[in-house]
Amino acid sequence: MRGSAEAHELVAPGSLDAVLELLALEPGQWTPIAGGTELMVAFSAGRLNAPKLVSLWGIPDLRFIETTVESVAIGAGATFLDLRADTVLAAELPLLARASSWIGSIANQSRATIGGNLVNASPAADSSPALLAYDAEIELVSVRGRRRIAYREFHTGYKQNAMAADELMYAVHVPRRFARHRQYLRKVGTRRAMAVAKVALGATALLERGVVREMRLGAASLTPFPTRLYRTEAALVDQPVTRETVRAAREALLGEVRPIDDIRSTVEYRRRVAANLLEEFLLELRQERAQS
Amino acid sequence: MSARRSAIHFTVNGERRAVQAPPMKRLLDVLREDLRLTGTKEGCGEGECGSCSVRMNGELVNSCLVPALQAEGAEIQTVEGLALDGRLHPLQQAFLERGGAQCGVCTPGMLMAAAQLLDHNAHPTLPEIREALAGNLCRCTGFIRIFESVVAAAAAKMDERASEAVLEQAHNAR
Repeated sequence: MRGSAEAHELVAPGSLDAVLELLALEPGQWTPIAGGTELMVAFSAGRLNAPKLVSLWGIPDLRFIETTVESVAIGAGATFLDLRADTVLAAELPLLARASSWIGSIANQSRATIGGNLVNASPAADSSPALLAYDAEIELVSVRGRRRIAYREFHTGYKQNAMAADELMYAVHVPRRFARHRQYLRKVGTRRAMAVAKVALGATALLERGVVREMRLGAASLTPFPTRLYRTEAALVDQPVTRETVRAAREALLGEVRPIDDIRSTVEYRRRVAANLLEEFLLELRQERAQS
Repeated sequence: MSARRSAIHFTVNGERRAVQAPPMKRLLDVLREDLRLTGTKEGCGEGECGSCSVRMNGELVNSCLVPALQAEGAEIQTVEGLALDGRLHPLQQAFLERGGAQCGVCTPGMLMAAAQLLDHNAHPTLPEIREALAGNLCRCTGFIRIFESVVAAAAAKMDERASEAVLEQAHNAR
């Protein structure tokens, strides 16, 4: 333990309104902390650059999963165990349920929140590929009010996002219109449990008579922040899933991703595996078509 | 800087306790240093190894990642709270009999993670046991005996329930 508890202030105002007032009073001064699975690691290592922290843990207004006709609203303070336990997510948005089961261990999933995962903005974030593939929206809140932005526009750079200094993530809205879509999610890590992704790819596709009508590809660990692969999608939309299309899509993906060498993997490995994951999904689409 | 201490109240193993601690002090350190409950171990200190696992409000958590202030008002169970009236928990008995503990550093966390599993799933399959304990690392690499201990404890708990049911039937028949 290299961090010093005395070096950090931590307050727990206990309600969403009180947290927002604090953020408005001193914008940028307070670091929100929910389940602590990221910030407490930095704290223990003595590299937590946050003199003043405000706790979001236990604020009921942030911990909910509510289903409407159009979408599922997931409170930013919902834990990944909450997500795994939700029956609508399991039935209709299985990629998100599966991604939730990848987050560390049970003891991490009981504390780690979806809001924390997204605001922390690791390029390897486990929930991101699924949320990109499902075209999720982020709802932000401040004393000035609420606003929504598409999740695909939330990350703006490495560890940077579209939130203002006085804003807090309130909820993630996932549309319920993917029941007819083919869905794919695969993470490649060092071991099955407790591993950070070397590469992850999430996808939803809508086909009509063998032709791709919609394609959303969400990637992790392939760009400085989780992102859609728009050029690869464009190589697939309005195309039949032929060998030539698969080849063109692989080319587009390799032209689009910008992975790095780091402790977990290499540029070359990540590029090859990413293209293979895409091909695996596209071959699944072809096979289904052959069977139907 | 705020070196202020806060009064933090919670229940540990059924007893109400209060400590004066900096709000960012790790629950792990509060348990070990302030309450002298040293059964909970520190392994990695970063949520990877599970040695410091305790239960907080019915959820398994890594106590090294919980700031003390977030434990305010919580119900906490540590490994010291598993045995009841000097009688070992079926998991502790099984670990003892089946060689589920070697050096002992991971054992308290293993026990807490396994207890959490059995409370929600009385008859876990081997894959379910492996998933439940995936965040608990044993560097003596005694995993197989640990898994076997959990299976044995589940069976023992079943026997206990079965014998309780038999006793109850006998009682009702009188």
